[in-house]
Amino acid sequence: MSCLSESLAAGQFVVTAEVAPPKGIDLAPVLGVAAKLQGVTAVNVTDNQGANMRMCALVLAGELQRHGIETVLQMTCRDRNRVALQSDLLGAAALGIENLLLLSGDHSKFGDHPDARPVFDLDAVQLLDVAVSLNRGIDMAGKPLTGAPRFFPGAAVNPAAEPFNLVLQKVRKKVDSGARFFQTQAVFTLAELERLSTAVTPLGVPVLAGILLVRSAKMARFLNANIPGMQVPDEVIARLEHAADPLAEGVAIARETVGWARGLCQGVHLMTLGYEERIPEILEM
Amino acid sequence: MIISEAKPLAELQEALAPFGKLFLVGCAACATACKAGGEEEVFRFQEWLTTLGKETCGSVVIDEACHIQRAARDLRHHAEAVAAADALVVLACGSGVQSISSNTDKRVVGALNSLFLGNVRRFGQYEEMCSLCGDCILNETAGICPVTNCAKGLLNGPCGGMKNGRCEIDENLDCAWKLIYERLQRQQRPGVFARRVPPKQWSRRRKPGRHKIR
Repeated sequence: MSCLSESLAAGQFVVTAEVAPPKGIDLAPVLGVAAKLQGVTAVNVTDNQGANMRMCALVLAGELQRHGIETVLQMTCRDRNRVALQSDLLGAAALGIENLLLLSGDHSKFGDHPDARPVFDLDAVQLLDVAVSLNRGIDMAGKPLTGAPRFFPGAAVNPAAEPFNLVLQKVRKKVDSGARFFQTQAVFTLAELERLSTAVTPLGVPVLAGILLVRSAKMARFLNANIPGMQVPDEVIARLEHAADPLAEGVAIARETVGWARGLCQGVHLMTLGYEERIPEILEM
Repeated sequence: MIISEAKPLAELQEALAPFGKLFLVGCAACATACKAGGEEEVFRFQEWLTTLGKETCGSVVIDEACHIQRAARDLRHHAEAVAAADALVVLACGSGVQSISSNTDKRVVGALNSLFLGNVRRFGQYEEMCSLCGDCILNETAGICPVTNCAKGLLNGPCGGMKNGRCEIDENLDCAWKLIYERLQRQQRPGVFARRVPPKQWSRRRKPGRHKIR
């Protein structure tokens, strides 16, 4: 049993953070960052995030596990067909990885290899089914495995997306497929968080609210224009714009959002993008 | 129909460089409808060849260039001109080009790029609605194909990139799943949302090969 699954089952308020594999072959810097993370139950390892080519997430996640840091391996359907996905999942299990965040993945068009052929052989709902099936010792072809993994599969939900009722249709499918937790895309308003909590709480699957440390108004505008699903509201941009110290203001905004999540969700997922040393401040009560 | 467009002239000029005498083939079906390979385009192509100092020794616009036997018959009717040509230039889709190339060992130059299976809104304005995937889900998706209209071809609902009902890769495009959801609501049925759609059977996409359908 992973710490993440045990903590959620015990009803503790869970904190996850995230790191990205390097664009290169040196793992030392990111291992250093991960080792210094405080108050975090598990660390997500992103999978060629934003469709930008980086080192294989599986390798970094395996190294982190070896250093005693529990991971949530993110796996997208963008770059691998069903054979490669299952094969990587078995590899992940062999490296001691249990927590998974299974995603469709940002379109290849957004990344640094826009001419790549997007795969999407499976979608996130189907990949959840696959993870659950592998746990039962059976692959997609119905063939038995020697030894079964013990995956704790999670899924994503975008609390800001409209129409929200349509988003919920997919959330329900993800729960039916065996999603054991949700990590959300960045949330910025109490209303979004309340709406999500009201809809998902009855499904009995814990939600970790996505908290993104936005460091400046410029960064917010960049995110809105370039990152799929990202919607930093105007009020937040205005606060960052008028702040004497935008980074401190961003930390304050993140801390407020964590405060809302303490009342409405089972945890938070912190995306601090290189400012991991601010995590204790963001988590201050 | 198959939507096609002319290759860039520079590319064609290079492809035609070794040849002096050419036989032109157009198609009276799709390539005519999208004004890429009908009578008119074949005529204009011939005029362009003249400006390059090349001779056109004959031409034919085949009813449906994709019809292998009909293409063979039409080429036989022009056997003499075809024999005199250094190469055949085909203003038809890739399927049409291969009807011709499977009927002759002469060099065949394709003059068009085949783009997609398109629905016609009006001339010059086409919509790609079907990907010929071989495993149709339209009956559950209110007649809107997610394989084609969703940028990721997702089968179970929208991705996390949907923003205000628009597609993550183009904010001018409606999210296909939003369109499916809204039409299903108007039809008062759950459709594809009633079940988890299993992975697609890509093995049903029968290519390459010879298909017998009865």
